[in-house]
Amino acid sequence: MAGQSNHELSLFSAEELEFIAEDEIVDIVPNLKMDPLCLISGDFGPFTPQIVTQVPLWLAIALKKRGKCSIVPPQWMSVEKLTQVLEAERDSQEMSEHLPFHYVEISRLLFDHARDNISDAYMVRSLIEDIRDVRFHKVETDLEAFNGRTIAVKIKNLSAMEVNIVRPFIGRALQAFYKHDSPDLIPDPERVSDRRPQVAPNAPRRQLRR
Amino acid sequence: MASGSVEGEQSSLADDYDALISTTDVELLKRAWRNEKAAPEILRFESDLITRVREQIELMEETVEEKLTVGTDPLSVSLYQMDLDRTLFLLRSYLRIRILKIEKYMFHIRKTEELWNRLSKDEKFFTERCTDDLKKHLEESVLSKLPENYQSYERQSVISEEDDMVPEPRLDTFVLCRSKEYLTGIQLEDGPVDDRSKLFEMEPDVLYFICYKSIKPLVESGKIDLL
Repeated sequence: MAGQSNHELSLFSAEELEFIAEDEIVDIVPNLKMDPLCLISGDFGPFTPQIVTQVPLWLAIALKKRGKCSIVPPQWMSVEKLTQVLEAERDSQEMSEHLPFHYVEISRLLFDHARDNISDAYMVRSLIEDIRDVRFHKVETDLEAFNGRTIAVKIKNLSAMEVNIVRPFIGRALQAFYKHDSPDLIPDPERVSDRRPQVAPNAPRRQLRR
Repeated sequence: MASGSVEGEQSSLADDYDALISTTDVELLKRAWRNEKAAPEILRFESDLITRVREQIELMEETVEEKLTVGTDPLSVSLYQMDLDRTLFLLRSYLRIRILKIEKYMFHIRKTEELWNRLSKDEKFFTERCTDDLKKHLEESVLSKLPENYQSYERQSVISEEDDMVPEPRLDTFVLCRSKEYLTGIQLEDGPVDDRSKLFEMEPDVLYFICYKSIKPLVESGKIDLL
């Protein structure tokens, strides 16, 4: 049954992010012959041995698990490209735009299931880990720049996993800034600040501390 | 899905049409699911989309049944099944999120016309039964035992000016969003006082954290996606 991830923590659980990422299209080289698949998500195939075909990632992984294909690692996942990206990340404060939105999930899935299709898998893996660290560190420093003037935050080129991690923090931080800056707030030293999201904002009643 | 390529001049209408026919129902459902997850209040029920998806799922279930009996190779059957499972997950999760929101804010939804109209028929039935049951429970177990002036389930007491015991969704939460086109003229009504009248603009495909209230109409019209 479709479980529900905890709303309070972070909008999407890691598994749900992976689910979303699994719809990305990758290239595969099948080693079997199969008729086209007319799925709800789209039509894929026909599959002919040694002919490169585009399929969604979940389909590629399923075929790979059964030994029916080999996955072509995406362009951005080569040692050279990643080294370039790492250099670029280290040099500038901006986020690199050469990484796809779901790079964390895609690389994780490919490492778990298609390691033999990636040349220099260890190198690639450690590069991606480094890139993740550098990017996240940048995000952290950017977040420190928040203040009461911030009304909206613009983030360029952040990836899905990173966004999911900082989302609750940014949401609550902006919320707190907005609330404390709002002129509608009736200053009353006896009133305890209310952080429960359900009480109507204009309630003049006693507010409970969460 | 077949992506129709329009030769010659591409007016924006043709572009929209292209985007429309090349977006599968699954992608639309995924988009509706994400929007619903991220939005603090309940959004409009996509009844056409859900009906189409349900039909496709039923069709697919029949096809899988048929393939099993005919004896097609188990590989392709399992792939069809996987696709079916994925779509079912999206559908179920979408419906469950809506139910979660309804349960949280049921009294508020019941009395607000705009929100009430966003529910599907089944959801309306569910909400009515839920509100009746909860009201009855509250009255029988607690409210009838309180003094006269405090017996309403909607107000703290008879002298309250409005229904302050009814939880409302916070529309001023900050949400992450992205627009597909260049949007200008967004009024940020809430925020630091001096910035309030400024008009905000959004570049396509860049992520922004904005107060939900300011972009509510754009989400409804589909120009902005919540993430």
